[in-house]
Amino acid sequence: MSWNWEVFCKSTLEEDFSPVCFGTGGEITYLDWMLSAWGWTLSVSALGLFVAMILGVLMGTLRTLPPDNLLTRGLALLGTVWVELFRNIPVLVQIFLWYHVIPALFPVMKGFPSFVLVSLALGFFTSARIAEQVRAGIGSLPRGQRYAALAVGLTTTQSYRYVILPMALRIVIPPLTSESMNIIKNSSVAFAVSVAELTLFAMQAQEETSKGIEIYLGVTALYVVSALSVNRVMAFIESRTRVPGFIAAASSGGH
Amino acid sequence: MKKNLLVAALLGLGVIATAQADTLAKIKSSSAVTMGVRESSGALSYTVGDGKYAGYHVEICQRVLADVQKELKLNKLDIKYQAVTSQNRLPLVANGTVDIECGSTTNNATRQKDVAFAVTTYVEEVRIAVKANSNITTLNQLAGKKVATTTGTTSVQLLRKHERAANVNFDEVFGKDHADSFLLLESGRADAFVMDGSILAGNIANAKNPADFKIVGEVIAVEPIAIMIRKDDPAFKKSVDDSIKKMMKDGTLAKLWDKWFLQPIPPKGNKVGLALSASTKDAWANPNDKPAEEYAKK
Repeated sequence: MSWNWEVFCKSTLEEDFSPVCFGTGGEITYLDWMLSAWGWTLSVSALGLFVAMILGVLMGTLRTLPPDNLLTRGLALLGTVWVELFRNIPVLVQIFLWYHVIPALFPVMKGFPSFVLVSLALGFFTSARIAEQVRAGIGSLPRGQRYAALAVGLTTTQSYRYVILPMALRIVIPPLTSESMNIIKNSSVAFAVSVAELTLFAMQAQEETSKGIEIYLGVTALYVVSALSVNRVMAFIESRTRVPGFIAAASSGGH
Repeated sequence: MKKNLLVAALLGLGVIATAQADTLAKIKSSSAVTMGVRESSGALSYTVGDGKYAGYHVEICQRVLADVQKELKLNKLDIKYQAVTSQNRLPLVANGTVDIECGSTTNNATRQKDVAFAVTTYVEEVRIAVKANSNITTLNQLAGKKVATTTGTTSVQLLRKHERAANVNFDEVFGKDHADSFLLLESGRADAFVMDGSILAGNIANAKNPADFKIVGEVIAVEPIAIMIRKDDPAFKKSVDDSIKKMMKDGTLAKLWDKWFLQPIPPKGNKVGLALSASTKDAWANPNDKPAEEYAKK
């Protein structure tokens, strides 16, 4: 089979080709469609990542609370249950639970667009993974830091806010980079609940055009570009938030 | 000596390449043939579990291959079943992994550039399924309604073209497979499911309560569904076509239709309940391998 990249300039309605590869007057080409699908992939990932970061950091922190009283024990248990629940169910199954099962239990959720449901599902799934990384980051800090914070009179909340989390979150930036890239790739499951993202585009367009190789290569390139951009942004954040003498020592191979 | 080896190797490669293009010779030399089948294409081609496959097209292919075996005077012909999907069926037939694909592939002009089709054995009519208590009866009533269809099928494109032509707007929801699309209709997330008639009939037959659903409205499109073989292999195409034409004439196909579309079928013993359509009858009376585009012109 020979290459035929012209397929991207083809109209999705007629058997003709657009000279500029972008449709005019309401007509859309496969390139237009792919770019809009890319937009959906990025939107699902961005919203999912937003949810995942907030819940992940929260749940990861809760799991490390010292067992001082009933409240902190309860919160730590909540964190543990959260993590085990969301990381032990396959992500595709979670998406179906959110789309088919939960709206059947709570009819008001039937009105939610599938874009929101899928972002929540992805966000919750990823939050369990981020929570574990945050917990590991907090665990990697020397115990003395927590004790020192308490000794100068900080409450538990203040010790997390001003001492523990600022250090722990810097340590976990590299694994968080992986998670942020993963959520872009995992967003491909959104096709299963009718979000018109890149994977849905690929499956549909290759069927319509019979040019599967070109379509899949195009889609792959967009996934690579998206994941690499996230990687670069995270690398930028990592370098900007670096504390001289602390993370720098780790990244220069001091261990 | 080295030069001789090289020449021999090149000759060897040449032989393999021609054997690939000549399916009959390949079948004769290996006493084996690979049949491409589908996991769930309604009663046309589906799995009954345990790596076994059945269906209208699967049985036609088995009979065709029995004729091929006779023609090649083979004592034994080993049929290997290879499950294919909408995404990989074309490349697998084109590259020689699958010799004959017996699923639910629409014969269209784009595909004819890469593969060949046997004479059409089944003409599909694209229809609308709705809930029995719905008052939708035509495609135009679906404007602004939620319409389910399956990702990776020609129905998606059909709906889009209709939207453009009639200047209406459907709110499309895409199921990842037919069962999923049907679930969208069943759970009320969609008002209608637009798909091939046989698939609609099959899904309704397998529903918890088949009486809750009905197939309505005009025939949105007709598509010739055919058995797919490699391109540029006239000898194999002739064997397959002759065998099918023989079955069209002597009434075997009519019997097979009755067996797979009207009688209870394995594994659950459900009936599809799809009567023989005029367009399919016409395709049997005038055997042809015309692509869908020719049908659309009529």
